[in-house]
Amino acid sequence: MSSDTAPLLTLTGVNTHIGPYHILQGVDFAVPRGSLTMLLGRNGAGKTTTLRTIMGLWHASAGAVRFDGADITAWATPDIAQAGIAYVPENMGIFADLTVRDNLLLAARSGPIDETRLRWIFGLFPALERFWSLAAGVLSGGQKQMLSIARAIIEPRRLFLIDEPTKGLAPAIIANMIEAFRELKKNPDTTILVVEQNFLFAKSLGDAVAVMDNGRVVHAGAMAALAEDRGLQQRLLGLSLDQHQ
Amino acid sequence: MTAPATPAPAARPAPAQRRDVAPLLLVPLLALAALPLIGDLSTWITLTAAGLAMGMIIFIIASGLTLVFGLMDVLNFGHGAFISVGAYAAAVLAPSLSGLTQTDSLVLNIVALLALIALAMAVTGALGYAFERIIIMPVYGQHLKQILVTVGGLIVAEQLIIAVFGPVQIALPLPAAFRGSIVFGDVAIERYRVIAVAVGLVVFAAMLLVLGRTKIGLLIRAGVENGEMVEALGYHIRRLFVGVFIAGSALAGLGGVMWGFYREALTPAMGMDVMVLVFIVVVIGGLGSVGGCFIGALLVAVTANYTGFLAPKLALGSNILLMALILLWRSRGLYPVAKR
Repeated sequence: MSSDTAPLLTLTGVNTHIGPYHILQGVDFAVPRGSLTMLLGRNGAGKTTTLRTIMGLWHASAGAVRFDGADITAWATPDIAQAGIAYVPENMGIFADLTVRDNLLLAARSGPIDETRLRWIFGLFPALERFWSLAAGVLSGGQKQMLSIARAIIEPRRLFLIDEPTKGLAPAIIANMIEAFRELKKNPDTTILVVEQNFLFAKSLGDAVAVMDNGRVVHAGAMAALAEDRGLQQRLLGLSLDQHQ
Repeated sequence: MTAPATPAPAARPAPAQRRDVAPLLLVPLLALAALPLIGDLSTWITLTAAGLAMGMIIFIIASGLTLVFGLMDVLNFGHGAFISVGAYAAAVLAPSLSGLTQTDSLVLNIVALLALIALAMAVTGALGYAFERIIIMPVYGQHLKQILVTVGGLIVAEQLIIAVFGPVQIALPLPAAFRGSIVFGDVAIERYRVIAVAVGLVVFAAMLLVLGRTKIGLLIRAGVENGEMVEALGYHIRRLFVGVFIAGSALAGLGGVMWGFYREALTPAMGMDVMVLVFIVVVIGGLGSVGGCFIGALLVAVTANYTGFLAPKLALGSNILLMALILLWRSRGLYPVAKR
């Protein structure tokens, strides 16, 4: 285990190929411990590929992914998950034919679901208690996203990788998500890396930020600094400030 | 992790979930529709009972294949080899159990049947393990190669059986107490068909229990839907694949024993012969669906029996027609498993 001040996750020169396509072209960035780091960028910049490469769902062809000092670049996905990394994919990855209960039961790898923690999750996402015994496939898009995040947090994990949690959600549900992430952030041992397109969501929650373009990280720093620099936002993200603020 | 500041709200009643019962009605409706066409009640009962017994055996064989199909995305045409090997394994052991099979005691006959089933499942389970490691593993995700190598495996298995047992059929006589019929008035139902229905129901119940009430079952069902997410949750799905392949092979072996006794004769090609029906059942049921497989097997067998009686010339194509009709109604089978 590395020192408490060292980043929990570091990517060094990570390259990923998918078939003939060279998607990640030398990704370098670090996720500080206890932070909520936002990974931003235009469509096709390589954000989702970065998360999938960290999880071992696609393996890096060059470079290194280090988690708490250990080189996990070539690890199998289940071993990466068992090391303490939870993953919420862009498509949410819920098991539609299984009930809400069974989805959470599977995510509770170490045994029965902890009742206190379950109550806490019901406090964050009340709909899950209401639909507890229903097949997850009947949930709305927002409820599926809640279930997907609940599945990641049903047991303590050291790092959460969350891919576009607000994608396609109504503003009221996004507000619910923001509250849920604020609640998650109260625990200083929780480290979160979120891929996001919604800049207002990112700005309201992020401690640190990395911006990707063309398979590389082109900017990394404090979220607050990017939030205040409209020129930088325009240059990195092509944001029209009038539309977003 | 902090506890919520406010207690979780009391659960409000959830909206009722609609159960999809339409496929459950197919077999009863088909049977009722056939009654006036057949005309004679006792003939109808005999045909229906025979169809249900045959359907149960096909279900046993097909249930393993549907899980392998659904979970592993493997087109295993070699499944027929396990049917033949299971039946021949039983035929090898059967003579040494003649003390149990030639007595009129139903209990001793059942003990003998269970011993033969246990041997057949052990042999085909072990063979399934070797088959998965040597033949299937190199071709995961490559459907064309899967078809080629598994058909090749089936042919090799058949030729090995011919080399060991010869090309002619060998007898697998029923235990004494399983012979004959149970007679109710004008209706005669063969005893072995009742045994086959009972074994099929036990297998179906056991599968429902394992898939619905155990964590392994949950993992299998989740893996059928989205194997990648199961891995991301921290489970090694490849190990699950091997276990399911072994179980599927062992179920084919069990089905082979039941099928062998049903025909009372074994041929090296018996596994290959039944595979067309098995694939039709798996497609009708919905890939990966055990419940769909159960209904599909009963539908296929009952349809074959009724058609064979009413219009023998149509019997050969009746199951293809049935599959076409089902797929026109539900293009992904009776109970399609949701895929990511």
